[in-house]
This record gives sequence, C-alpha cells and structure tokens, in this order.
Amino acid sequence: MKEMILSVNPHIHDNSSTRSVMREVIIALIPAIIAALYFFRIKAFVVISSCVISCVVFEYLYQKTCKKNITVKDLSAVVTGILLALIMPPALPVWVCILASAVAIILTKQIFGGIGCNIFNPALLGRAFLMAAFPTMLTSWNNPITLDVVTTATPLGLHKFTQVLTGYEPLFFGNVSGSIGETSALALLIGAAYLLIKKIINIRIPFAYIATVFIISSITNKIDPEIYAPALFNLLAGGLMLGAFFMATDYVTTPITKKGQWVFGIGCGIVTMIIRLWGGLPEGVMYSILFMNGFTPLINRVTMPKRYGTGDRE
Amino acid sequence: MILKEFTKGIWKENPVLVQVLGMCPTLAVSTKVVFGVSMGLATTFVLLSSSIIISILRKIIPNQVRIAVFTVIIATFVTVADYFLKAQFPDISKSLGPYIPLIVVNCIILGRQEAFASKQPVFKSILDAIGMGLGFTLSLVVLAGVREILAFGTFFNMTIMPEGYTKWVIMALPAGAFMTLGLIISLFNWINMKGKESKS
Repeated sequence: MKEMILSVNPHIHDNSSTRSVMREVIIALIPAIIAALYFFRIKAFVVISSCVISCVVFEYLYQKTCKKNITVKDLSAVVTGILLALIMPPALPVWVCILASAVAIILTKQIFGGIGCNIFNPALLGRAFLMAAFPTMLTSWNNPITLDVVTTATPLGLHKFTQVLTGYEPLFFGNVSGSIGETSALALLIGAAYLLIKKIINIRIPFAYIATVFIISSITNKIDPEIYAPALFNLLAGGLMLGAFFMATDYVTTPITKKGQWVFGIGCGIVTMIIRLWGGLPEGVMYSILFMNGFTPLINRVTMPKRYGTGDRE
Repeated sequence: MILKEFTKGIWKENPVLVQVLGMCPTLAVSTKVVFGVSMGLATTFVLLSSSIIISILRKIIPNQVRIAVFTVIIATFVTVADYFLKAQFPDISKSLGPYIPLIVVNCIILGRQEAFASKQPVFKSILDAIGMGLGFTLSLVVLAGVREILAFGTFFNMTIMPEGYTKWVIMALPAGAFMTLGLIISLFNWINMKGKESKS
C-alpha cells in the first residue's frame, strides 16, 4: 500500500527516497569496508557479514510478527548493520554481533516506531549495550594484518594510559589497532567526500564537531604537551572521523535546523574531548553522539526559525 | 465471584505490570531472585496485615486524617518485618539495605488501603491484599529471574548456565532493570492483546 503524504506548500520536488539515500551511504562506506577487510581480514568479514545479515533479518522478523509494512527494501537496516560492524572490535564472536544487531534494530529502532522515529542512533546504541554488557570483550583489540591474539590497546588507549604517541602515517592509513572500520582516516575521508559531493550530508555537523575537537585539543596540548595529545592526533585516532561523518549526520537523530546542527556538532566535540581528556575511557565519540542525540528534540525546538513577521517587537 | 478479588491482583490489575506501582523496589532489588522473593513476601506481609487492621477500623478512622492513620499502621508492620528479617535472615536484610524500611512509602500498599481496604469488608480485603502481594512477588520473581540468569548465570543462587558462560554485566546494572521491565510489560500487553483478539 502506498501512503499519501499531505503537507503545506511550497513543495520542492526531488527524486531522492530513503532507498536512494541509503544506497549512497553504502557506496560511501565501501572504502572503509575495504580498509577493514584489508587490515583485519577474515575477522572483519565475519563481523560485517553477521551484523548486516542479522540486522536485516531482525527488521524483517519484527515487522512480520507485528504485521507492519516490511521496510527491509529501503536498505536502512543494511546501513545500520554496516555501521554497527565498523565500530566493533575485530575479535567479537558471532553471537555477540547478532545480539548487538537485535538491540540496534528492535530495541532502538522498531520499538520506537521504525525508521524516522528512533531517538538514538541504532548502531551506536547497539555498541553502547555491548559496552555495558561485556566490557572486557569490547576493550580487547587485535593488531592489524598480523591479527595477533595478544590484545593490544588502541592508539588513544596507549596515549591515555602510557603516554605513547602513535605515528601519524599509520593513523592516517589505518595500520593501527581499533574497531574494524575506524582505523583508516583516509578511507573514511574518501567516503565522506563522496557523501558531501552528492549532497547526502551537510558539512555543518562534521565541521563543527571536528573543529571543536581541534580547538580544545590544541589548547590543552599547549598547556601541557606531556599529558595531552596534539590536536592532529586527536583528529586521526579513534572513531572521530567515522562518528563525525557517518553517525552524527544521521537524518533521524540529529537536529534539522541550521543553527541546531552547529549546536549539535559543537556539543559532540565538547563531550568527546571531556571524556578523552578527563574521563575514565580513552574514547568518547560513541557516548558524545548518543548524549547529543538525547538533546536533539530540545535543540530543534529552541532553534526553530521564526516565521516572517511574527517575531517579538522591541 | 469473590475469587475475582484474589485473582485480579495477579493478572488483570497486576501492581507492577499493569498499575506500574512500586517501581523503586521493583527496579532496585530485582538483581537476584532471592532478593525479589524476600522483598515480595515482606511487602505481602505488610500489605495483608495493614489491610486487615484498616478494614476493621474503616468506620472509625476520620476521613480527614485517614492518610496519616494508614501510614502509622503501615509503618508499624514495616518495622515488624524489618526487625524480623534482621533477626532471622541478617544476610538478606543487609543486601536489601534501606529498601525494607522503604516499604512504608511503597505506593502499592497505600494505594490498596485507599482504594480498597478502607471501603470493603475484612474478608474481601484479605483476598485483595494476598492477590496484590502475590502479583507483586510474581512479577519480581520473573524480572529478577531474567536478570539473575543473564547477569550471573544462576537462578536462586544455583548455577544453571554451562561452564564458560559470558555474564551480561548490564543486567546487574539499573539499565538492565529498565530494559527487562519494559520488555516484560510489552510481552504482557501483547499476550493480553492476543487473548482479546481470539475472544472477539
């Protein structure tokens, strides 16, 4: 059944649909997937395929059981699955991937009413659930390429707990340990450039987010370079690129007003840096975006543009 | 017909799953089945005793000060329950901590006095109190059962999960309590909905 949508004029006609937007996002994620497969080999393949398949299956099963319209074809579950996989550590067992997909699709998305109604980013909440449920699993990392069973710390963890800086070159190309899709800044930037050129995402949130992180880390690095990492390190290490371009730009869970998007990006940057500098965890991208997701309705309301002629008179 | 006063607390008007009352103990002490059962039984005891007294005194209690009178009667029995647990089961009493004295402000109890015992004869009040108490205890056992199995791999402190079971730390945390309770309530409503559908 096709739904009719009524809205007031003026109407701007455009051919884009959920499906076409999601297809572009998938294309933009291909470089990151290739990087993940290159650095983490079969482990990345297992995690990505189990997340994607189980996300789609859970979406289908839930909608079938609840007798709702099946929206698997809009590819949003595939995107959730890929993003979820990209923020997982490589050594995750398959059943944990399936559980995270269930949390992402059913608890975060479908229970709130399906696509367009969720408050939080499904992929991030899936990971946050695992982080609370199995903290040891989610903080065990593998070396890239060699896939050593010996668990190693991520560049951010190394710096936070032992003050060891990782070189910029491996950070940029991705030859470091970490979640399977976050290591290669280069691959993520290629994907982000594609999305920006295709006008799928807007530069406001990523720019505000990354600029805030850059400014705060420059200041703290000037104050005490011994403890606080340089700004460029903070930009390249961890999940900032992935989070800023692919998670903080989710249409559903971020503000729709221009002003609101600036507020959202700056807020994400501040929370990320607070966690990285003074928090107990080495990385704060996930919690910062989830935290700001919770504020999105409020930001939207406060920054709503005034209709012409209805403003307060001085 | 009179049996309905008893069964309504267990299913149709279940204090936790339908009325959503007494959330504080429900969420806080449902980490293990033992705590859930002791909390449920302590609450049932307080509910039953105060229902009997209040139902007997219902014609004497002045309407203007009834809430204060109810509270005094409830607090008396809570003190009895608290001391009993402290003397007989010091371990459980220690782990439940402040939640036993807090039964005084459990809204299930005051709610039943206000809505039922202060208006109904003694026998009916007894059935109502036992039904509501059992409903509360059963919901706590279900909730605590799910949480204990997932969080510790045990049920009633007996290990039931196989060796090498990965514990779900989140289920021992408040977030796990909220999620499990939400899922149980939605499952409960779903069963009720199915029942109505098949009837009509």
